Amino acid sequence: MESKQPMRHILSLLLENEAGALSRVAGLFSARGYNIESLTVAPTEDPTLSRMTIVTSGSEEVIEQITKQLNKLIDVVKVFDLNEGNHIERELMLVKVRAEGKDREELKRTADIFRGRIIDVTDRTYTIELTGPRDKLDAFLEAIARSQILETVRTGASGIGRGEWVLRV
Amino acid sequence: MRLTGAEIAIQCLQEEGVEFVFGYPGGAVLYIYDALFNQDKVKHILVRHEQAALHAADAYARASGRTGVALVTSGPGVTNAVTGIATAHMDSIPMVVISGQVPTPAIGLDAFQEVDTVGITRPCVKHNFLVKHVDELASTIKKAFYVAASGRPGPVLVDIPKDVSQHIAEFTYPKSVSMRSYNPVTKGHSGQIKKAVQMLMEARRPMVYVGGGVILGNASEQLTHLVQDLGFPCTNTLMGLGAYPGTDPQFVGMLGMHGTYEANLAMQHCDVLLAVGARFDDRVIGNPQHFYSEARRIIHVDIDPSSISKRVRVDVPIVGNVADVLEEMQKLINASPVRPDTTALKDWWKQIGEWRARECLRYDHSSAIIKPQYVVEKLYEVTHGDAIVTSDVGQHQMWAAQYYKFDKPRRWLNSGGLGTMGFGLPAAMGAQLAYPDATVACVTGEASIQMCIQELSTCKQYHLPVKIINLNNRYLGMVRQWQQILHGNRYSESYMDALPDFVKLAESYGHVGVRIENPADVEPALREAFALKNRVVFLDFITDQTENVFPMVKAGHGLTEMIMGAEDL
Repeated sequence: MESKQPMRHILSLLLENEAGALSRVAGLFSARGYNIESLTVAPTEDPTLSRMTIVTSGSEEVIEQITKQLNKLIDVVKVFDLNEGNHIERELMLVKVRAEGKDREELKRTADIFRGRIIDVTDRTYTIELTGPRDKLDAFLEAIARSQILETVRTGASGIGRGEWVLRV
Repeated sequence: MRLTGAEIAIQCLQEEGVEFVFGYPGGAVLYIYDALFNQDKVKHILVRHEQAALHAADAYARASGRTGVALVTSGPGVTNAVTGIATAHMDSIPMVVISGQVPTPAIGLDAFQEVDTVGITRPCVKHNFLVKHVDELASTIKKAFYVAASGRPGPVLVDIPKDVSQHIAEFTYPKSVSMRSYNPVTKGHSGQIKKAVQMLMEARRPMVYVGGGVILGNASEQLTHLVQDLGFPCTNTLMGLGAYPGTDPQFVGMLGMHGTYEANLAMQHCDVLLAVGARFDDRVIGNPQHFYSEARRIIHVDIDPSSISKRVRVDVPIVGNVADVLEEMQKLINASPVRPDTTALKDWWKQIGEWRARECLRYDHSSAIIKPQYVVEKLYEVTHGDAIVTSDVGQHQMWAAQYYKFDKPRRWLNSGGLGTMGFGLPAAMGAQLAYPDATVACVTGEASIQMCIQELSTCKQYHLPVKIINLNNRYLGMVRQWQQILHGNRYSESYMDALPDFVKLAESYGHVGVRIENPADVEPALREAFALKNRVVFLDFITDQTENVFPMVKAGHGLTEMIMGAEDL
């Protein structure tokens, strides 16, 4: 197959909420050498189903193969490439930063600009909660000094289609 | 009816109409073996190594079209079985593997003979299950048989912890299965089928390329009819041999790395290609870039959507059961007012005739040393082309594929995808059990046969009179060939020193062993061997040490960049 520029895709999956389903998906990606930028999974309102969001990248051909291979997994009920329509992507990040002296005010202001919330405070640190698409979280980290960052935790993206469209069994 | 888990497992096998279970007992499956002991509907075949249990069950499935069943214990039982599971997986063979597991409270505690079976086998099964409660056992086994045989078939493993096999539950065998996450497609898209037929009618240089999917899908009849009706040339892959009759004039031979000159050239130069139940793998089309260098339109019929546009982009993809799709195509062909251009087709056949005239499978018939090709040709004659032939992996496998002409499906059983040495002998056992009256021959080499030689003992125990055709060249022949051609004659570890005396070895297992060293003795030895209907005969043919398999396309090269013989080296 001729190779084309790899593109970032967000795949949404519904899968059986069973032990081992996650490792089948993760195993498929490692066995076939596909990229995973992030993967999140949790049960849905129907406890027998889990919803997974995988952020991956590849040429059109690779993404087509990934989708087909995912569909082949017996535990996978539905696969949808959110890039095929308008969609919303959100990620949660928790950042612990060094916040002392005059930096405290500045960090508070920056967090406000990014609509982040300070959810834990000590004399010397803030823990900031931030939600948004990946680039917004990246931009926040760019906006504060590297030396101030003590720890970051990111959930990876969750995605959902815009408008009336829903992914269901 | 209240039964133990072990009794439930055996009842399920009875309900599925399972004739044979190939297995080996051990601690974690003792209750299941106890349940086997108390009944006589399901017959157990005790192998000498779990790998052989899997290959025998696999070949039973390949030969009969039914689902093969294997039973192994936890830990090493499973790890020994993995090669056989992966072999079946690569060739899409329907199989249910039941494995014992340590008791549920012991799982994860590094218990004796514990291994993460579901984890180890995950990448080489179609699906697997760990049964955590006896209440789920019957429905899980039902699902396993359904998943294994439907859609694109494959092995399914059911891991049963020892306490689950001991616990008691109410047994009812489910009549049907429905799984919201598994609904294999059967019918092809009628619009696509129409487009495909139109394309076939426009073809000036058509080619039909047939893989193992046609055999697995029981579509040989439909395929043969369609090809003969249209008058198109047809090639079979290694896995597809027998899907289209090997003696038919429209058959241009196997294609691929060791395919015929005419098959590979027709594949490259056709203008419309109909691919059925095949997957354009690296051993078949070589380098995809080279394959693209000639323009052609491709119709691809396969039951697995992920096989389509994987290595080669196609113009008309049709996902569906091959037999159904071919039948629908045939209906449209019958009703079609247009037919392919006969003049163009005649010219195409003329071209193919010229390629054929090179007689690419010619070899030296005057040799004083036994040529391996000659042995296979004589095997074909002596068995009237009607044997079930199994093989191991290497040169002998290719010679068997090239020189034994398979006219019917399910007569050629080999490990095409995984390329598993050791497959041949246990496979012959499985085939012989499926067809007790059939002539079964295992074409092998002195290296491959030693990978499962212990099964000579199983053959003795169950009176399985398979015939072993050992093409003994005292080399790992295919490795030696690659080292000669690609690695400057540096024969690194490809020589087999200290071989056993196979005649005595066969005799020690209670079989007949014969060594053949002269070409003149080949045919009589074969005749005598096949006349011994009730004995295993081990024919040890001392063959030309340095004979190579030709034609040959080097790995990564184009399909038409063939080495035709020693003169091209």
